[in-house]
Amino acid sequence: MCVVRDLVRTYPATRGRRGAPGSAAIRATDGVSLEIRRGEIFGLLGPNGAGKSTLVRQLTGLMRPDSGSVGILGHDIVRYPERASRILAYLGQESSALDELTVSLAAETTGRLRGLDLRTARAERDAVVEELGLGAIASRPLKKLSGGQRRLACFAAALVGERPLLVLDEPTTGMDPVARRAVWAAVDRRRAESGATVVLVTHNVIEAETVLDRVAVLDRGRVIACDTPAGLKEKVAGEVRVELVWRERAPLDVPAVAALRASAVESGRRWSLRLGPDEARAAVAAVTGGPAFAALDDFSLTTPSLEDVYLALGGEAKGLVKS
Amino acid sequence: MSVVPAEVLQGGARAGASGLSAEGDAVGELAPRARLLPSLAAVYRAQLSRARVARIPLLFVATFQSVGIMILMRGVVDGGREAQAVVAGASVLVVAFVALNLLAQYFGQLRAAGGLDHYATLPVPPAAVVLGAAGAYASFTVPGTVVTAVVGCVMFQLPLAHLWVLAAVIPLAGAALSGLGAALGLLAPRPELATLLGQLGMSAALLLGVLPADRMPDVIQYARDLLPSTYGVEAFARTFGAHPDWGVVLLDLGVCAGVGVASLALATWAYRRAAVR
Repeated sequence: MCVVRDLVRTYPATRGRRGAPGSAAIRATDGVSLEIRRGEIFGLLGPNGAGKSTLVRQLTGLMRPDSGSVGILGHDIVRYPERASRILAYLGQESSALDELTVSLAAETTGRLRGLDLRTARAERDAVVEELGLGAIASRPLKKLSGGQRRLACFAAALVGERPLLVLDEPTTGMDPVARRAVWAAVDRRRAESGATVVLVTHNVIEAETVLDRVAVLDRGRVIACDTPAGLKEKVAGEVRVELVWRERAPLDVPAVAALRASAVESGRRWSLRLGPDEARAAVAAVTGGPAFAALDDFSLTTPSLEDVYLALGGEAKGLVKS
Repeated sequence: MSVVPAEVLQGGARAGASGLSAEGDAVGELAPRARLLPSLAAVYRAQLSRARVARIPLLFVATFQSVGIMILMRGVVDGGREAQAVVAGASVLVVAFVALNLLAQYFGQLRAAGGLDHYATLPVPPAAVVLGAAGAYASFTVPGTVVTAVVGCVMFQLPLAHLWVLAAVIPLAGAALSGLGAALGLLAPRPELATLLGQLGMSAALLLGVLPADRMPDVIQYARDLLPSTYGVEAFARTFGAHPDWGVVLLDLGVCAGVGVASLALATWAYRRAAVR
């Protein structure tokens, strides 16, 4: 469906001026190779600044790579970027082109610009508005809506005028659970009915684990792993995540607690540790018995998430979201 | 978060894998492009609805500005050809305000905010986006221009008989100025610069169009000849005479049309350049 080979894109260095320091050249995409299969929901997971959006902008023909190739359904998108618009629908992070239109006019206009005639565009607009539950706000301008509603309206516009490939850049940002469910139901329906393929950009670990068939983990412009979420988690199967929340501060006078501190990631009262099963058992025993327990507010033991995979693979940046 | 159970997802993935093997190296079919006229109509309609919501206050500003300038100029000019030039200049100024200034701002902001991505990932001809937006902004100037012209004619006691010529002046001057505005907005490296250029363009249309040309130094007169709105102003001003020379009016409108085609072509080129970075 979509084959990416050795994609490289460098943002040039900027010169500092009037006190503002310049920045060095950044390799936003650093030799990325991927293969996306027909009918799958393929995810690009990484923290902000990992190069996810730069990568999808190259997939959609919006940005030319410095080198490397992008083929979608056999078409060379680097050479013919305008063909991307005839294969895929893209939901970017920006809505400024649609902001002053009403929800229904935004969807209808987008459909017409995707080549539908007026009657079809209106029929599809009505169907999508109904499907996503946008009926009550269909006649309001996007600008007047909340962030999540606006996002859903843009998603609706992306669905009008069917395409075999949907490229969605953080589609559920700001959405409430009802809207999120509507998005995933719409995506699943298109995949079941017409075999649509979805490329999804996300920095949300839970979302990645629940909706993706396969996921490429990005860190500083590189793909550091690519597999099914379950397959990736097997890489850290020998580990358990222990979360400890102290009442006020950690009782460092207890030797067992002081020893744990070395491997803990601290954020305020919360300690987060990745441990082997035996170490985890020992740690829990240590903090739930004796003097440490008095200082403990809450604790949990969980199997590893994709965030642990990211960290285990050497990802350094923080910023993956779990909600 | 997915409402579909896991088994279905796995089934989908399996179907996807087998789909790949069947797919082979075959080149997938492309959806058709959007045709020029229907997509132009869609962009025009969307832009007009935007303008209705967000720009009506600005249209009032443009109209009051032009009427105010005519009131000021009443103390300076004393009828005759100069009065004709002032009324024509003030009317076309409304077109310059909306089509040049506001459109340059709009495209400058759209480009800076990444809004062009939306159009660039749709199979729509660049000309449709530029012409649709330019057309909508130009049509949006109609009420203000007509009101200004009528008020001016009453104020300076000019004949209202040939005001129908506005039906040609607005679209042709509108095309020339909005093409210029769109090109400025799309070529300016930063949105503030697009706003600045739009404002400067409008100031030029104001100074060079409204003030009587005969009193200007030679250099400024050349600058005046370069400004596309000048020909719209001249064409309109000539129709106030007792026996208008329609040949010259047509010639002026022809220049306007020529500049319009050129500036819209420039804007389309600028759009293509801005859309793929």
